[in-house]
Amino acid sequence: MNKPWNNKAWFLVLPVVIVVSFSAIIPLMTVVNYSVQDIFGPGQRVFVGTEWFKDVLSDSRLRDALWRQFTFSGLVLLIEIPLGVLIALAMPKRGIGVPVTLVLLALPLLIPWNVIGTIWIIFTRPDIGLFGVIVNGLGVAFDHTAAPLDAWITVMLMEVWHWTSLVTLLAYAGLQAIPEAYFQAARIDGASTWATFWYIQLPKMRGVLTIAILLRFMDSFLIYAEPFVLTGGGPGNSTTFLSIYLVKVAVGQFDLGPAAAFSLIYFMIVLLFSYLFYQALMRVGTRDG
Amino acid sequence: MRINKRSIGLAIYLGLLMLPIYWMLNMSLRTNADILGVFSLYPKDPTFANYVKIFKDSAWYSGYINSIIYVSMNTVISLLAALPAAYAFSRYRFMGDTHMFFWLLTNRMAPAAVFLLPFFQLYSTFGLIDTHIAVALAHCLFNVPLAVWILEGFMSGVSREIDETAYIDGYSLPRFFLTVFVPLIRTGIGVTAFFCFMFSWVELLLARTLTVTNAKPIAATMTRTVSATGLDWGLLAAAGVLTIVPGALVIWFVRDYIAKGFALGRV
Repeated sequence: MNKPWNNKAWFLVLPVVIVVSFSAIIPLMTVVNYSVQDIFGPGQRVFVGTEWFKDVLSDSRLRDALWRQFTFSGLVLLIEIPLGVLIALAMPKRGIGVPVTLVLLALPLLIPWNVIGTIWIIFTRPDIGLFGVIVNGLGVAFDHTAAPLDAWITVMLMEVWHWTSLVTLLAYAGLQAIPEAYFQAARIDGASTWATFWYIQLPKMRGVLTIAILLRFMDSFLIYAEPFVLTGGGPGNSTTFLSIYLVKVAVGQFDLGPAAAFSLIYFMIVLLFSYLFYQALMRVGTRDG
Repeated sequence: MRINKRSIGLAIYLGLLMLPIYWMLNMSLRTNADILGVFSLYPKDPTFANYVKIFKDSAWYSGYINSIIYVSMNTVISLLAALPAAYAFSRYRFMGDTHMFFWLLTNRMAPAAVFLLPFFQLYSTFGLIDTHIAVALAHCLFNVPLAVWILEGFMSGVSREIDETAYIDGYSLPRFFLTVFVPLIRTGIGVTAFFCFMFSWVELLLARTLTVTNAKPIAATMTRTVSATGLDWGLLAAAGVLTIVPGALVIWFVRDYIAKGFALGRV
């Protein structure tokens, strides 16, 4: 790739810089501003330096929420990526089945996030929900409003239901791009299904899987509306993920300083992990071919 | 089509995927008393009363109109801003280009919850609270970077010789871009529009924070009504079903491009 060097290209990027600056840089600077000041009211503010950061870092509820968040995002990646790839492999390659499957798969992605929560309340409630009634009917006591484990299972199920399709769509796109000749060659060589997957399909999906892992990590790490509607962060604090806790601090208690400091730390964590993922996956790609 | 284990597995998965949606549909066709009274796998006595209520009450249906207005605005703004930028990224190297690209992506990673209060203050200062454009602009935060990313992939799939030939033929950049290049990547534009629509349609936290009544999204109407009237499960389910409809329509239009779309991508 030898693209010509041309700094005039900046003029083409300018609209994006303006739009994104308005929605990103100005608010972000406001957050930075809050994070180092104690605000009593209009015109009454005191510079407090790193006090809020120290406060926030020693907050045990925050640390709990953080571990909960890492566990959640880890599980999401472990379940959704293999499942999504598996389903993509099972999809038909042509025929009427393709558009039908694609549309059905994409449907959960297009439902507003709080409606996702609503759907799963209706679906899992022990009194009116299909899932709740069936599971309880089998003799297993299940109530996501009372038992933390049940709440976790429900949130995980909801998350997998909601987002695995995204992984599938991306993986399917990657598979579609592999020329048929590769498979013919593999067949002639007598390659097993597994060998075909490992040496042809998986390497060819590297790019789309990079996107899938990045997007799934970011979005699951930032999850808010779905568990908030479904469990409200409970029972207790068992499903209080980072965003839910942040909104509690910022809007519920109106502690702007700590909330801002918390926000910045949150942002940094996401940034760091996404960067590491990005680098790692790019490196894997260049080594394999 | 050959019936084999894979197809059966896929069919079962799709069935499970549709189950929660079916359940909501089932609920939406029953009255609240019926839902709480008897457990039934299908509506024995289907009624459209819940839907009629939504279409007659402007507090309900205006929510849908508001959502569609700001989502459309956002899609147009995102595309217009992202098209030239994506072209720049795919065709030229310039000072700070890779950093710029990663910076754009970082905005996709910013927790929306972080931006709630600053957004509210910023838009208040400009008198934009409770307008459609406020939500449309706020959603640019994550949609513009995504649009640049997707479009860049599509554009890099088009050979640069086409540009060079056009310039030799005396096309100016804007004329080449509009008459030659845009038609070439129309699939990419469709796919990008779809993703912008999708992410703007499903977002609620920012949309709810920046609106009061005039531009209130449907999803917010739902949460409000739940707390105000107690829980009318039937009505809530009907409103939920209606939020799926626009998405289902849009996806049907781009169905052929979704999968093909990504495949052309650079990544």
